[in-house]
Amino acid sequence: MTTGERRRLRGRVAIVGAGESDELGKLPHKSALALHAEGARNALADAGLTKKDVDGVFSAGLWMAAETAEYMGIRPRYLDGTQIGGCSFIAHVEHAAAALDAGLCDVALITHGESGASRVGMPGTRFGPDSVRMQFEGPFGLFGPPTGYALAAARHMHDYGTTSEQLAELAVSTRKWAQQNPRAAMRDPLTVADVLASRMISWPLHLLDCCLVTDGGGALVMTRADRAKDLPKRPVWVLGTGECSSHVHVSQMPNYARWDAAEVAARLAFEMAGVRHADIDVAEFYDAFTIVPVMGLEAAGFCKPGEGGAFVSGGRTAPGGPFPMNTNGGGLSYTHTGMYGMFTLVEAARQLRGECGPRQVAGAKTAICHGLGGMFSASATLICGTEVP
Amino acid sequence: MVVPLPETEAFWAAARRHELSLPYCRSCGAFHFYPRASCPHCLSGDLEWRRASGRGRLETFTIVHRGPKDFPLGTPYVLAVVELEEGPRIMTNLVGVEPDPSTVKIGMAVEVVFAYVSEELTLPHFRPAGAG
Repeated sequence: MTTGERRRLRGRVAIVGAGESDELGKLPHKSALALHAEGARNALADAGLTKKDVDGVFSAGLWMAAETAEYMGIRPRYLDGTQIGGCSFIAHVEHAAAALDAGLCDVALITHGESGASRVGMPGTRFGPDSVRMQFEGPFGLFGPPTGYALAAARHMHDYGTTSEQLAELAVSTRKWAQQNPRAAMRDPLTVADVLASRMISWPLHLLDCCLVTDGGGALVMTRADRAKDLPKRPVWVLGTGECSSHVHVSQMPNYARWDAAEVAARLAFEMAGVRHADIDVAEFYDAFTIVPVMGLEAAGFCKPGEGGAFVSGGRTAPGGPFPMNTNGGGLSYTHTGMYGMFTLVEAARQLRGECGPRQVAGAKTAICHGLGGMFSASATLICGTEVP
Repeated sequence: MVVPLPETEAFWAAARRHELSLPYCRSCGAFHFYPRASCPHCLSGDLEWRRASGRGRLETFTIVHRGPKDFPLGTPYVLAVVELEEGPRIMTNLVGVEPDPSTVKIGMAVEVVFAYVSEELTLPHFRPAGAG
């Protein structure tokens, strides 16, 4: 499909509601599906709509989208359960845009809920003893995400000279945003030395290179331009989208120092949006580990391959810096339920509407959400804005 | 516990004989790994097993300080990806070396060594080439 055909979707649909669960953090009194519903309730209220208006449900997690819909008492005529990891919800924005534009649904609800810390109402592992994961990775001690991401971080350092200090700078800048967000889990001051002195989890990643593990949820509501204009909040226009999956298992990663899928997703999104990198006022980059946004910024073309470490140094992404990024405090310091992508979307919408109080990026008109799936396996990108160029 | 699939059974059987065996595509002439029933390069099903040299280079690694409980190697251990001479990459443990970033080097030459786990399971580990 050509850029021209993709660009037809630009500005045809908008995010009209964005919300999170009432609480984030450790919530043993709330199940994962309850957190989906709580996020949905808040996003619909934000949109000035009710669940009766919803006819498209998009959801990812360890459930069918149909089960999420059943829990909320919604009978959708359009369902999408695309699961490509934590950025699934960003991919859902693209899918919802296409479905809305085609008239296959009129009001799309995208939901996320996860009991990542308390594990309440969470199905068990999907990895059986005959899975690729348990045959060809598990026996060698691939243990959760930190070990997998460390394989990429080590190669990035080897190929490009990226340092632990540079990765720590990102954690420090992100913490400074969290200090301006009363809902953030981690608000104590943080220094580069603190990050480097934290316990080694999987060399070269320290404890404070790793995201939080929390419970929470969130949701988005989208509709077409004609209806969006009649709703209470200023529409956040979908300008450009892209998604790509290159592999699932980290042992299949094509190039450990580059995030191939994100290069494709971001290129597609920029081509469709027709905006330049310099037009981006606020950036929400998925930060499961400090290495992720470093490689994400390279993949999305904000700097060249290998320059991500230098790019995030010197407080560039911190409050007051020239590249406001992860303005809610990110997965590193705000919240990280396991599939963090929803929180990049909610924060981008709030920034573009000017709702962010002390952490508001003044005059933000264009935002990028850049998502991660799996082990640098997939990526989805959204560029959205207050105006259609 | 490892339970083979029909397409992976021969790999594990070879490992028990201390052989590293890879699926080879008779249609496009490429090796692949992990073993599939169709070639990921050309989707052909015309595959055969070929014994690999067991030599390769360290593609990347991490030194795991927080690993699974009761992991046989204990912590810290080296989780590694090796690029085999035949082309494919394999996840493994690097053994016979201090688990320290000053001694483990990306690009270093490595060779396979087999680790007995149980009657059913022998794992391909790697060590620095010529260390044996």
